[in-house]
Amino acid sequence: MTTIKRQTLSVLVENRSGVLARVAGLFSGRGFNIASLTVGETEDPELSRMTIVVEADHRMLEQVVKQLRKIIETVKVEDFSCRPFVSSELLMVKVAATASQRSEVMDLVNIFNGKVVDIDTASLTIRFVGETVLLDDLVEVLRPYGLKELARTGTVAMARESKTRSAGE
Amino acid sequence: MTKKQSSEGLISARRSENEPMRGCEIIRESLVNQGVKHIFGYPGGASMEIHHALNKTDKIQLILTRHEQGAAFAAGGYARVTGEVGVCMATSGPGATNLITGIQDAMMDSIPLVAITGQVPTSVIGMDAFQESDIVGATKQMTKHNYLIQDIDSIPEIFAEAFYLAKSGRPGAVLIDIPKDIQQSYTIPNFSRKYKRPGYQPNYEANPRQIKQAAKAIKQARKPVIYCGGGVISSNASEELVKLVEKTGIPVTTTMTGLGSYPEDRDNALHMLGMHGTEYANLAVSQADLLIALGVRFDDRVTGKVSEFAKHGKIIHVDIDPAEINKNKLADIPITSDLKEALIKLNETVEPGDYERWLEQIAEWKKNRPLRYKSSGEKIQPQAVCEKLSELAPDDAIISTGVGQHQVFTALHYTFKHPRTWVSSCGLGSMGFGLPAAIGAKLACPDREVINVDGDGSFMMNQQELAAAVQHSIGAKTIILNNHHLGMVVQWEDRFYGGDRGDTYIGEPAVDFLKISEGMGVKAARVTEKSELEAGIKQLLDHDGPFVLEVVVSYEEHVLPMIPSNGTIDDMIVPDF
Repeated sequence: MTTIKRQTLSVLVENRSGVLARVAGLFSGRGFNIASLTVGETEDPELSRMTIVVEADHRMLEQVVKQLRKIIETVKVEDFSCRPFVSSELLMVKVAATASQRSEVMDLVNIFNGKVVDIDTASLTIRFVGETVLLDDLVEVLRPYGLKELARTGTVAMARESKTRSAGE
Repeated sequence: MTKKQSSEGLISARRSENEPMRGCEIIRESLVNQGVKHIFGYPGGASMEIHHALNKTDKIQLILTRHEQGAAFAAGGYARVTGEVGVCMATSGPGATNLITGIQDAMMDSIPLVAITGQVPTSVIGMDAFQESDIVGATKQMTKHNYLIQDIDSIPEIFAEAFYLAKSGRPGAVLIDIPKDIQQSYTIPNFSRKYKRPGYQPNYEANPRQIKQAAKAIKQARKPVIYCGGGVISSNASEELVKLVEKTGIPVTTTMTGLGSYPEDRDNALHMLGMHGTEYANLAVSQADLLIALGVRFDDRVTGKVSEFAKHGKIIHVDIDPAEINKNKLADIPITSDLKEALIKLNETVEPGDYERWLEQIAEWKKNRPLRYKSSGEKIQPQAVCEKLSELAPDDAIISTGVGQHQVFTALHYTFKHPRTWVSSCGLGSMGFGLPAAIGAKLACPDREVINVDGDGSFMMNQQELAAAVQHSIGAKTIILNNHHLGMVVQWEDRFYGGDRGDTYIGEPAVDFLKISEGMGVKAARVTEKSELEAGIKQLLDHDGPFVLEVVVSYEEHVLPMIPSNGTIDDMIVPDF
């Protein structure tokens, strides 16, 4: 009944200084857990879009949505828990790979549609774009080689308009 | 007491449309445009320009409190009795941080407040300059909204919006921080510029289907109770509430913030509910089959263990803030609306159900389990002071309080008959609230009696404001229920900590409140004997001007009934007689 799941919200806010702090403060102040938060300008330079992935049960999610709507600079909150959406995340990872391991790692890079963006004698820096769950898998597959550095952007998401698939992700 | 010393005389409007004005003057004119008549403030290096500008108009009076916290509480008191926005002002750094408690207090009780703070000049923001503090950052979660003004041309629109935000929808606190250089520089202001705000939507109209459902539930119920709170007062819906009760006969219990929203001298009044609610109110709510929750937020001091609260009843919840619906308790019939509008619509169709047996039951509870305390003993009981004051004070008197036992004694033993006659820090529970709030209230309502019923601990937190009352001839009065202890904490120590004392005795040294009062030019008297009580209160009421009456009371009195924190009706502690 009260299962905590990752829920994705898309929040359109006014593009002004201080809005991010207000949103972040709301989460910490009310004890909501943010899994990821991304923010960037939209097609309208006066607006920013935040994609927030929150760990919440149904009731907490309702509160998160309502509290976000109370922020004066919030324009719109879309809750993707009950509608299909597409999402993506960018990940960069520096894998310890000596010359002998390189081809093995390259195979994985190809399987996951990654791209090598930097290389030296002891490591490969690879960029991947994909759905968050896929990137989670990728990290585990690469871990045995030795992860020297890892950075992720967090999820960005949009409602799915196409009717051919009924479920998102 | 004129404060105008400027050789320029009184300036209330500009001489010409195209004449440049200084930022501080634009601030003044923006305040005048909002109809502000009083500001509670304390100057400092970063706000003195605004004070100087304000001194050149006769449309706004600056009340000089003796501490910024006093200014914020006074503005809160002013707003609570008028429903208008209260305004307080302070300088940067410590001035601004001293406002914070009053800002949070207004926020917790949904009181419209605008706080204005000076800030260090733009060029040194972020340099840890003298008296710099990031007040906008600090108050982000304590305000409905806040602003750092970075552009002098935005002053008129920011002020206009700040007042609109503070009082529209669910009221709250708004802070405006203005760097000193912006106050000093010049521009040709445009007072008609509007802030662009694409997302703020404060008003919700009740869905007619839900009103119909509510009316149906009321008709079908056999044991309904109205549980109403501060929302009734914010939306000025008392008249509609009374009408609902007259049409249906449903009994009414109020939260602490809701005191006065329903006349407590009527038969249907169950008085306050919750941790220190009456037995009959808590029994009624626990057995109700329908709880009509009006402008309330199911606060923990009301519900105790929330899963057990009103668990036999369907819940109708009306509130203007959608985030309150389902926050602490799931509503069966949620109605997001301004309360007054919702009640007007509900009253058009509502009909009573068959409540005969329920009302008999409630009458029996009220008769057999009334509020009671032992009035024997030599010392004066604080409850008796509240009852006597209730008997002697005029019907429209305004009562403010500090926080602690004396506050709850007043809530229980004073009979509130009108909205906006009860002024208390209910949500935040900030000690030191009573005196400055009374000053704010008295300034707003000079023709009414305003009495701060305080504790010795609470009074000492802002007693310096007696000087402000004297300076500005504000006749706010105070009764100090002096028990030489922090009574509410002592009560908890006695009840739940085996009487172990943790710094709750404040009787050493024995503070001479008469000397303190007289030292600030306030007439004062002390009552120690029961036989003197009535005369003492009459002396207070008869006095024209500020007055302090110290009543030495027993510290052993406990506020009862009491449901311990997170408890249920089964845990209720009642007097054993």
